[in-house]
Amino acid sequence: MTNLPQLEAELRAGTLSRRDFLKAAALFGLSAAAPSILLGTSAYAAEPQKGGHLKIGTGHGSTTDSLDPATYENNCMQSIGKTIHNYLTQVGADGKLGPELAESWEASDGAKKWVFKLRQGVEFHNGQKMTAKDVVASLKHHSGADSKSGAKVIVDTFADMQADGDHTVIITLKDGNADLPYQVSDFHLAIMPANADGKVDAKSGIGCGYYKLKNFEPGVKSSVEKFANHWNAGAVHLDSAEFITIADVTARVNALTTGEIDAADRMDVKTLHLLARNKNVRVIETSGNAHYSMPMRCDTDPYKNPDVRLALKYAVDRNAMLETVLRGHGYIGNDHPIGRANRYLDNNLPQRAYDPDKAKSLLKKAGAEGLKVQLSTSDAAFAGAVDAAVLYKEHAAKAGINVEIIREPSDGYWSNVWMKKPFCFCYWGGRPTEDWAFSTAYAADAEWNDTVWKNDKFNKLLVEARAELDEPKRAAMYAEMQMILSDDGGAIIPIFNNYIGAVTNKVGTPEVIANDWDLDGQRAVLRWWKVA
Amino acid sequence: MGSIVNVILQRLGLGILVLFAVSLIIFLGVELLPGDLCQAIQGQAATESTVAACRRDLGLDQAAPVRYIHWLGNIAQGDFGTSLANGRKISELISVRLGNTFFLAAVAAVIAVPLSLALGILAALYRNSWFDRSINILTLSSISFPEFFVAYILILIFSVKLAWFPSLADVSPDTPFFERLHKVFLPALTLTLVVMAHMMRMTRAAIINLMASPYIEMAKFKGLSRAHIIMHHALPNAWAPIVNVVALNLAYLIVGVVIVEVVFVYPGLGQLIVDSVQKRDIPVVQACSIIFAATYVLLNLTADILSIATNPRLLHPR
Repeated sequence: MTNLPQLEAELRAGTLSRRDFLKAAALFGLSAAAPSILLGTSAYAAEPQKGGHLKIGTGHGSTTDSLDPATYENNCMQSIGKTIHNYLTQVGADGKLGPELAESWEASDGAKKWVFKLRQGVEFHNGQKMTAKDVVASLKHHSGADSKSGAKVIVDTFADMQADGDHTVIITLKDGNADLPYQVSDFHLAIMPANADGKVDAKSGIGCGYYKLKNFEPGVKSSVEKFANHWNAGAVHLDSAEFITIADVTARVNALTTGEIDAADRMDVKTLHLLARNKNVRVIETSGNAHYSMPMRCDTDPYKNPDVRLALKYAVDRNAMLETVLRGHGYIGNDHPIGRANRYLDNNLPQRAYDPDKAKSLLKKAGAEGLKVQLSTSDAAFAGAVDAAVLYKEHAAKAGINVEIIREPSDGYWSNVWMKKPFCFCYWGGRPTEDWAFSTAYAADAEWNDTVWKNDKFNKLLVEARAELDEPKRAAMYAEMQMILSDDGGAIIPIFNNYIGAVTNKVGTPEVIANDWDLDGQRAVLRWWKVA
Repeated sequence: MGSIVNVILQRLGLGILVLFAVSLIIFLGVELLPGDLCQAIQGQAATESTVAACRRDLGLDQAAPVRYIHWLGNIAQGDFGTSLANGRKISELISVRLGNTFFLAAVAAVIAVPLSLALGILAALYRNSWFDRSINILTLSSISFPEFFVAYILILIFSVKLAWFPSLADVSPDTPFFERLHKVFLPALTLTLVVMAHMMRMTRAAIINLMASPYIEMAKFKGLSRAHIIMHHALPNAWAPIVNVVALNLAYLIVGVVIVEVVFVYPGLGQLIVDSVQKRDIPVVQACSIIFAATYVLLNLTADILSIATNPRLLHPR
């Protein structure tokens, strides 16, 4: 007979899905004692009610935002995008890939050729019917030399893309990629109506999403209303919704507690325990792939030496950092970017612990005793990065490492410090697939390879695993890559941060909350409902 | 009267010169900021090729002086240009927000100016009494706290505990007038508390200063009441310093309220300029700065004219 702690352990280890945990825990009548990683996901799962207006306060959104999906760069625009647009595929709340505009897809030729069969009878907000031409035009919007799109890296892997009739799209890739169906769920790759010239009017805000854009005031608020002719209109509950940009976290909490908004993202971990006391508010917290990293440039001394890198990894007390910087609202990392929302997280890889003696002996081996390093930091990297640097200085001092902290200005941090200074702080929103996470920042030729790490074995495995359609083989390859990265890679990845939002009692949420982004995978408007 | 017209024309001419200088300084200042618009827009997501494409697209690959002269020429024709960040017309971007900023400043001024003048006069009238002292303590404490703190305290009392006023002042162009008043009440009250001390103390000091003059002594000997002396004899001569301080504070209400805007989520010009500076959206920053500079010039001009008009000695200088 299992008990709750054991279930919890299994859940944390990933051998038990969240749904199964809830089922098993319910058998014991223990749902009220659900662990913090499930907070808010089990309670209040009543029958959804139709109708109503949801007001969401987001910490993001700026006066400089634009409706062009290629420019989506913050949680506010990405959430609006997922509300007004549909994508070829979508990642469900359970983390599994499902169909959206594509009904089915099939790979051939070593995952090089992909055939997407499109749904019929899909209508855009302007009345136009969706066909393969629209899909091709929408994806092409992100390619080309002048593309400023964040999805350029995805569409640049296409060798060719053709519409075959009205409801089939054939994509031929330069190299095999088993993850393509995942990648086309990226929030940039919205499907928009094509004009006669084969281009899309990306700034119009017209899509075929569940909701249509009613009002757009960037950096202030935007509202959407239900699109009655949506092919699956019955799946959503709300009549309308509104996104209000509230940059100040205290203002966001005030608006939530006074009932002026119904939901908010990015709660402050420092005051979360006080917010949780409020009976009218419910905290929604999920553990995903978002993490903080400390990249070291492997082309610069002393980080050229793998023993020095490993010593610096042993010199961080991850649990203390988690407790201090995130007040426990996250989990510790193992120096690779694969997290709990990924499919192939290897739980058998031993967790690296704080071991100053080991760090000392590694430095001795490297002939770098009494190592001095400069660590650049700023709260632009993430809230608490300066505190984290001070903590690291203390931890590393016990291993005989002298860390000199350099406070950099927040303004211009990403252009002047990150990727330039040899040792600094960075954050990653995480990527839904292993390949995406690795090829974004750890592949030898990646534009954001902030550690300038070039490991031949890793890069060879990366290409092989990408085209591998056999699941167990793929899992084994990704496990090996996690190990290589953890032991040899240039980044210390000490902690993963949770997504923490909150709703008032007037909001109903499903049993399972997605852990791939803030606000239920940025699909709160599509999944939540108002309680009368 | 001729001299007043001359003064006004002279000041307006100087004002335009000042605006020109400001535009140059602002342009240079923005140029000196680290990073550029394209890197700032794309943040951590910037790659070399996307940044280069963005720069080509926005004409940022041209030399700074070329861009400056081009922009100045357009401004002279009343065209502020388009935002580099989202391609929207700047005039369109600014007009609604400018209206909001003026509305909030007006509401705050309507509360703050009469209140501080009245309190200042009363404080002078009952100088060194418990009333004078408590008013001084209150206004000086409220100016000493940071704005966001005053704002949070007001939100806690009036919004969270009493639920009289909303904590979000998210007005839009179609918000009816009275609802708008209701929504901006807390931000206006915050601003009132912040600017009141300065005006109140200046009124008090100006009057007290005059109370020692021989002509006031004379009025006292005539047997006039203290209130009558202050209102009819001291105040007319005290206007000059008071008007200057009021103008300074009104200008502050328009250009210095970004913190209050952030706390109350008020869509004013302050938030726009902060966003634009962060994103290196130079045309918007310049347009906002020109508007702010023009506000200062105009308000100072008004203050000068009023102090001259109320003071014959300044009106007819020897």
